[in-house]
Amino acid sequence: MDFGGFGQFMSVQVPEFVADGVRWAAMTNSTIRDLDKAVPRVDGADKVTGKALYVDDLKVDGALYGRTVRSHVPHAKLKRISLDPDFDWSDVVVVTADDITGKNVVLLIEEDQPALVPEGGIIRHVDEPVALVAASDPRRAQAAMEHVRLEVEELPAVFTIEESVAKKVLLRGDDNVYKRFEILRGDDVEQALASADYVIEGTYRTGAQEQMYIEPQGMIAEWTDAGAVRLVGSLQCPYYVHKAMRELLQLDEDKVIVTQAVTGGGFGGKEEYPSMLAAHVALLAKKAKRPVRMVYDRVEDVRATTKRHPAPTRHRIGVNKDGTIVAVDVDVLIDGGAYLTLSPVVLSRGVLHSVGPYNVPHVRVVGRAMATNLPPHGAFRGFGAPQTTFAYERQIEKAAQRVGMSSLEFRRKNMLREGDVTCTGQTLKYSVGSAQVLDAVEQQIGQAPPKGSAAPPQFASVKRGKGLAFYYHGAGFTGSGEDRLKGRASVAVNAGGKFEVRSTSTDIGQGTFTIFAQLASAALDVDIKDVEMIQPSTEKAPDSGPTVASRTTMVVGSVVQKAGAQLKQRLLAFAEESGVQSGDVAELAKRYAEKHGELEETVTYHSPPGVKWDDATYRGDAYPCYGWAACYVEVAVDDDTHEVTVERCIHAVDVGHAIHPVLVKGQIEGGTLQALGWALWESVVYRNGRVANPTMTDCIIPTSIEAPEMETLVVEVPYPHGPHGAKGVGEIPMDGPAAAVANAVADALGQPFDEVPLLPEVICRQVSATAAE
Amino acid sequence: MKIRMQVNGAARELETEPMRRLLDVLREDCGLTGTKEGCGEGECGACTVLIDGKPVNSCLVPVGQVHEAELLTVEGLSDGELLTDVQRALVEHGGAQCGICTPGIAVTAESLIRREKNLDHARIRELLAGNLCRCTGYQRVVEAVAEAAAKRGGAGDE
Repeated sequence: MDFGGFGQFMSVQVPEFVADGVRWAAMTNSTIRDLDKAVPRVDGADKVTGKALYVDDLKVDGALYGRTVRSHVPHAKLKRISLDPDFDWSDVVVVTADDITGKNVVLLIEEDQPALVPEGGIIRHVDEPVALVAASDPRRAQAAMEHVRLEVEELPAVFTIEESVAKKVLLRGDDNVYKRFEILRGDDVEQALASADYVIEGTYRTGAQEQMYIEPQGMIAEWTDAGAVRLVGSLQCPYYVHKAMRELLQLDEDKVIVTQAVTGGGFGGKEEYPSMLAAHVALLAKKAKRPVRMVYDRVEDVRATTKRHPAPTRHRIGVNKDGTIVAVDVDVLIDGGAYLTLSPVVLSRGVLHSVGPYNVPHVRVVGRAMATNLPPHGAFRGFGAPQTTFAYERQIEKAAQRVGMSSLEFRRKNMLREGDVTCTGQTLKYSVGSAQVLDAVEQQIGQAPPKGSAAPPQFASVKRGKGLAFYYHGAGFTGSGEDRLKGRASVAVNAGGKFEVRSTSTDIGQGTFTIFAQLASAALDVDIKDVEMIQPSTEKAPDSGPTVASRTTMVVGSVVQKAGAQLKQRLLAFAEESGVQSGDVAELAKRYAEKHGELEETVTYHSPPGVKWDDATYRGDAYPCYGWAACYVEVAVDDDTHEVTVERCIHAVDVGHAIHPVLVKGQIEGGTLQALGWALWESVVYRNGRVANPTMTDCIIPTSIEAPEMETLVVEVPYPHGPHGAKGVGEIPMDGPAAAVANAVADALGQPFDEVPLLPEVICRQVSATAAE
Repeated sequence: MKIRMQVNGAARELETEPMRRLLDVLREDCGLTGTKEGCGEGECGACTVLIDGKPVNSCLVPVGQVHEAELLTVEGLSDGELLTDVQRALVEHGGAQCGICTPGIAVTAESLIRREKNLDHARIRELLAGNLCRCTGYQRVVEAVAEAAAKRGGAGDE
């Protein structure tokens, strides 16, 4: 498939995959109209044949290759940028902050991060963009990049949360705190703890984690004669990029057009950073007066883009001898890195989840996001919740042991049920699958495990352990977030008489397009083959809100469903008015288009009735509903090498309703393995503020060998306001498995393990230290 | 250097520097962008192609080495619109999510089921370990390959 030049590219846009009749027919004999069926994903055929076009696959005639000159020092005053006079610059375009005529910021929550550090400005991390180069040959661009000279005056830097808290250097305000949250419930927590039979205290450390989507970040820009900039890239949130570019370039709404190319994974990593790439290619293309493409190589991607926030969490829990939890006191710290970016919202979610799905009458949670000189940490599946879940599920396990109850029994005794009240004072009115997920896991433990998981080395002496974790995850934006977002989506009859779903919720692999096609076809009562999906673009679809926060199916899906139902009513009304004798909605659409052209129904999301949240006090309904999950693992720990093998992994997740059971299982299993990776193998090593292992060889993720056979249990406790009862599923599988693994390793070795990743050297160090005592 | 090779059954002859990566020649000169680059160091397997029937990371192969060789890329798997057993199973089992690793997995899996009989999950996991996937947790991939292998009757083509 030849993509042609950029001119064609602009009019055709990214090829809009259609449920191609021939290939669909080749794949299934059955009609695929029904919901709840594992219909082949609508982009599946294109993906298995290599036809799907990712940003690096797009041919753009005349495009230059852009590269980014980065700072190489973690904290410094940038005195001067100069070009090596011995280098031939004649065919190279160079951009610095001086070329920015708009506002030099990458807008997100605050305006603190520049697109390029200006001369005289402050470099705040080691891979900060300082200048840009572009040339028609990628090797020329690379060479040019290496000949840009920076004169800097280095400043003392802060690389750890502890140094930041100690105010070793002041990076922000007078305390290095980006954001602080506090949650209080019940009476004074110190008094309550003092009244408990036992108080258990621990500090739990979780490291940075790289999203490691297999497709690195990339973006292409071209300016039109009308002064608009067109951007196509690998991204999760077209309107985030749109908003940031309007601010940077000071352009009107219609002068920035952002389109998603087929995207090779995101996991949060393509939520915010694509705005930085967009800024860079837009600036280069403007100066070059030619299209510019920029695709990161793996090293640059790992070094410069965002990762999961490292977070030490101090947790105290008071329990009585009968197994009742009396009080919880949590101190959450996350390392925000060099700029504020999304850290306040990550912190918010971390804090809100830090007490866990338990009844706790007296609560104090304090959370702080700290400034350091590491590259900014950002969104990654789970968004703060995995860090605090790790802490509380280690604590719960220790508490169960202290009072002499089993892991299951202690959790069942204290878990939230329908009608119970959370730490923010939210009464859980519906869709509470707590008991069901624990029951499902318990039942599965009794079944014979499947064959096929990796076995530990054959002759090794091993110790075996079992671990459980139980958790919940708020679906959708926190508090009043969805009401501020007002996500919109449209379902339309296009000029050709076909149905079209128009939304800017992206498909980054999770299956958005398939789910939306299913929801629209069901609402319209037409075959899924009659529904086309557009590639998300700010030019063609309204702002559906970002593709984050386990909100796409639950929130935007419900909007698609409503828009489809309204469109059907319009078409039935048209039939009545015009005397068309057909109940076939697809036929009516054709007739309508012939007569009147397009017909579009757009619906805006509103929070369900009765959801109330107070941002000032952090009290109320933190989320419209929660997903519930329990994970059970069995591990073998090698006595000599301290390597951990996951021999069994059961994961039960309450998703409300599985609109597409295969996609749902895919979400659960993919999230589970990312969590197992975080628990055991995935480590980002910083040296003087720079990632020291920026390759796939050194910054490892699990292969099919480390991955256990997954026993995935889909539990359905419907959410009355979700489409067909569905609620969020994307993130929750990431939250708990790490705690289950640490609980299992502790069980195997008879001592606590309170950090991840549990690399062999970490276990070795602790086992040796314990033995020496 | 003049390179002659068979790509997806068609003879190709091109004049190029022998040290260029096969990956780049396939993507840029042959227009076969189904083969992807994930890491550029032979770790992720997104660039897997078959050279004389064996799966190889094309990012590590200088094109000079494939002179007179027979190559199969993801574009050469399906016969027109008809998907192979592996491709079809990957779609039906949810073995392709974001899809960036999928061409490499489809190509590797094809070579496995041609080569080996009786592919159980453990063996498939071992043989697919050179193809990283960040979306699926591998479960759906392994199930898909197992099904495709069973369909071939475990008899092997070659």
